[in-house]
Amino acid sequence: MKVHRASRLLIAALLMASEGSAQQDKTATPKDQRGSSIYAELGKAPEKARSKRNPMETDKDAVAAGRNLFGRHCAECHGVSAEGGKKGPSLRAEEVQNAEPGTIFWILTNGVVRKGMPVWSKLPELERWQLVCYLKSLGVAAKPGETTPANQPSAAAKDPASPCR
Amino acid sequence: MLPIVRAGFVAGTLVALTNLCLPAPSGAQESPYFVTYDHYLEEPGNLEIEYFSTVGTQRGGNNFHAFWTEFEYGATAWWTTEFYFDGQTTFGDSTVFTGFRWENRVRPLKHEHFINPVLYVEFENKNGADKILKEGEGHDVEADFLTPNDVARKDHIHEIELKMILSSTVKGWNFAENILAAKDLSNSPWEFGYALGASRPLALKASPNRCTFCPQNFSAGAEMYGGLGDRHHSGLHETSHYVAPVVAWNLPSGWTLRISPGFGLNDNSHQFLLRWGVSREITGFGSMVSRFFGGRR
Repeated sequence: MKVHRASRLLIAALLMASEGSAQQDKTATPKDQRGSSIYAELGKAPEKARSKRNPMETDKDAVAAGRNLFGRHCAECHGVSAEGGKKGPSLRAEEVQNAEPGTIFWILTNGVVRKGMPVWSKLPELERWQLVCYLKSLGVAAKPGETTPANQPSAAAKDPASPCR
Repeated sequence: MLPIVRAGFVAGTLVALTNLCLPAPSGAQESPYFVTYDHYLEEPGNLEIEYFSTVGTQRGGNNFHAFWTEFEYGATAWWTTEFYFDGQTTFGDSTVFTGFRWENRVRPLKHEHFINPVLYVEFENKNGADKILKEGEGHDVEADFLTPNDVARKDHIHEIELKMILSSTVKGWNFAENILAAKDLSNSPWEFGYALGASRPLALKASPNRCTFCPQNFSAGAEMYGGLGDRHHSGLHETSHYVAPVVAWNLPSGWTLRISPGFGLNDNSHQFLLRWGVSREITGFGSMVSRFFGGRR
């Protein structure tokens, strides 16, 4: 009897876990729509966080270190080249690339927990800034048919001395 | 074959199969704690498979090797669910399966704060031979472990365990405080316990090169845990307490290794507990299962 009760508990747990995943699926509308609602989170960063200066912006290794961190922690959801993946939006969209470094840092620190983006404050602060450097170094991805995005210089045209800005 | 070798062999096989059968690993950034929880949950859709061992000394009886396997799944970014299966070998006695646990951790707040709470609920279906010492609670003392396995395993325990996990990360340091209340669903009083932990990565900046031995891949700290009595007799009287340095090594390949020598702080505690663990995080496990059942992801 106890074993049956335990089995029922186990099955209930699995169903609840699946339901949790399914809830996430329900929010996964077409990529752009999902993206735009996620990008709205950038606007929620408080002024104090937005104006934070990136302490790694003059570190010549920051972009390379950020690339490694991105590969380990972010590429699974946002895609290897940050152009969006199965679960996460493109980080090469104008909304992200035009955001202040402090805003991206704030999102990394706080996550967007209700929409599936975990909190990344377990990475030390400097590592999060290294990630910001890498993301900002990527520039806006060109849309199909475009050679250079309209509102942003390509990554190659960025100031090589401080690609984090 | 020695039981400890056999358990190691089983763990090694399990982990090797995991490595061969499942898709890309994630670069885990796991905490070094064995007992204390911080506020970081499993990333959504990821499964972490963990194996842990505890070798403990026993005054007046035989030393033991307790082991457990955890399957930790990130159901959402705010909810992690976990199954444990545990067992133990008492040297000179026998090896027994000691039960299973189902644990859930829920993050109630949307953003990071100076102190971040996480609510923890666990159901335990175990027997009296359980020796994994995954927490300190009530009036648990070393002498409780003297009962032979064939007697102890006849005692069935169904327990609910609640924890309030509080955790902060400041300048690379993590400080975690757990308060525990556990209730055997038979006619037993609520029992209390605590766990405290502090840890920090050895470097706060990532290296530009992919490396295995870089200091940022290691984190170290200490944890302390023990019982706080029960509803009728709360306090430190007749309780056991431990302090343990902890080290974790997060390999770029997705593996995490942990080790922790623990020391009993009073005569009610085991004098020495050596813990070690190996884990691997599997990204996209939820999507893989969904695809298997015909889902679109």
